[in-house]
Amino acid sequence: MARIYGLLAEFETPAELLAAAQRARDAGYRHMDAYTPFPVEGLAEAIGFRRTWLPVIVLVGGIVGCVSGYLLQYWTSVVDYPLNIGGRPLHSWPAFVVVTFELTILFAALAAVLGMLALNGLPMPYHPVFNVPRFAFATRDRFFLCLEATDPQFDREETRRFLERSQPRQVSEVEY
Amino acid sequence: MAYEGQERATGIATVPPVVGPGYTPRSVNEKISAIVLTHPTSRGWLVGFGISFLLLLLLLYSVVYLFAVGLGIWGINQPVGWGFDIINFVWWIGIGHAGTLISAILLLLRQEWRTSINRFAEAMTLFAVACAGIFPLIHLGRPWFFYWLLPYPNVMGMWPQFRSPLVWDVFAVSTYATVSLLFWYVGLIPDLAALRDRSRSRVGRVLYGMLAMGWRGSARHWARYQTAYLLLAGLATPLVVSVHTVVSFDFAVGIIPGWHATIFPPYFVAGAIFAGFAMVLLIAIPLRKFYQLEDFITLRHLDNMAKVLLATGLVVAYGYMMETFMAWYSGSPYEHYAVITNRMTGPYAPLYWGLILCNVVTPQLLWSRRARVNVPLLFGVALVVSVGMWLERFMIIVMSLHRDFLPSAWGMYYPTVWDYTTYIGTIGLFLSLLFLFVRFLPMISIFEMQELVAEEEHGAPRRAATETAPAAEAVRVSG
Repeated sequence: MARIYGLLAEFETPAELLAAAQRARDAGYRHMDAYTPFPVEGLAEAIGFRRTWLPVIVLVGGIVGCVSGYLLQYWTSVVDYPLNIGGRPLHSWPAFVVVTFELTILFAALAAVLGMLALNGLPMPYHPVFNVPRFAFATRDRFFLCLEATDPQFDREETRRFLERSQPRQVSEVEY
Repeated sequence: MAYEGQERATGIATVPPVVGPGYTPRSVNEKISAIVLTHPTSRGWLVGFGISFLLLLLLLYSVVYLFAVGLGIWGINQPVGWGFDIINFVWWIGIGHAGTLISAILLLLRQEWRTSINRFAEAMTLFAVACAGIFPLIHLGRPWFFYWLLPYPNVMGMWPQFRSPLVWDVFAVSTYATVSLLFWYVGLIPDLAALRDRSRSRVGRVLYGMLAMGWRGSARHWARYQTAYLLLAGLATPLVVSVHTVVSFDFAVGIIPGWHATIFPPYFVAGAIFAGFAMVLLIAIPLRKFYQLEDFITLRHLDNMAKVLLATGLVVAYGYMMETFMAWYSGSPYEHYAVITNRMTGPYAPLYWGLILCNVVTPQLLWSRRARVNVPLLFGVALVVSVGMWLERFMIIVMSLHRDFLPSAWGMYYPTVWDYTTYIGTIGLFLSLLFLFVRFLPMISIFEMQELVAEEEHGAPRRAATETAPAAEAVRVSG
């Protein structure tokens, strides 16, 4: 028998999926993922997602943008290309606020988007779950729970029986 | 349509819902994706796109001629060095602001009605910023040196002057364009995946698939996605306020009478939202009619947008009042002449009074709920406001420049045919992009509408989830 990625159970409502995910977690399964057409609250926690570093990444992006924006202006206006205009101070910080602010936002926004994509591992041209034809409904109106074969507790027959107890519409094997 | 009739029959006391009755996540997905994937290209779309594309060619022609011959083809002169170019720049960039307001600020304020209008409002922002961005570039005497505005190490050993509002503008507008694009694209990713999975043509599957980047709706991905979206909204909110503030600095930092006013930043931001909501209405009303989206863009949306229009219109009217009051109260004869005497009785006075009629008088109709849900009337008011906001920029720019301190330096500004063709051409660019957008991308956010419908349908799976997982609500915010 060929190696498989996992078992995919299909549900009709978010509530059923949520219940099944919690049951799987209570039964000791850890390697699993759920797929839904729109965000379902509490689902990420139910499959064991704790927290993301994304806010920290965005904060760092913002700080980098802020500091580099200010230093850019300071260095160009004071060090590299000083212009004496009527004896006014070269380090005219109030005039530097606007560009500093804009670069803070720009870097933070780029960090938010690129960070989100990187943490999610996107772009990802291939993923085994797409091998299940029914999975096309995961962006429409079906809710999927995948128990992955890498889980130490995973057993092809045992896990299938376990999933069927949650009364999914159907359970399919996800091939590589 | 049936729903609208029902609304009229039951009278004005009821509040229309955000979504028409009887929708499920499946039917929402089908209805919105069908517009892109299965509906044949309609004759109306072809005609509309054809006309817009001709206007776009007019823009191309005008710009090529401008580059070949130079700025002398425009009506600008001494003392009026800024004419249609900067008027149109400020007008377009202001229009963009409503899109960000709807997508970011109303998201943070949890205004659920924004869901069905935020996608095309964001697209409108992008296209308006694209139109706006053209003008500062082509109004340069030597537009091929536009990159001198950017700080890059160069053999001339020079750097941009960071104390100049014009350099601030470069950073504000380019950051705004970038962040708006990111926000729009991130919002599109799950919908692109939905189109990928529904598309029956190979080309569609491949193109939407590439754009969706392999999105598969994993719960972990959704969690990070929502965090990112919320953070982007939080970042876009101060950004949108800053952009028109910086645009107003282009004027307020100068010493020209009529420009040098501290009211400018808030007055510009309110004016931007005012103009932007007028444009959202101008787009939403035909869209819901021609694509039968009355169940998604309901009278509730039109009513709410009309209220925003009225409120920002009142702020703008306050701005006009304060400008006039300060011109008198300051005791400066130049301010008094520029803002009161010349505007109200000078050679451009009809435009000033036209502006008051468009921006101050006409929106007062919207106090009446009957007017706010009267679709053709609302369309008319939005059109009048768009004209009014263009006149406002004419007033600020031309009426201040043409008569400043020394009467010997006074002059008049008359636009030439090239000023008009360039302006109309950018409208062509805007409409062409909009037509392509509604044909090839979902104009309403599918997954957000599904979420909204699912909540109403299942008595809120969200709430059920919160009961079983107490951390859920906190995680939604903190990620």
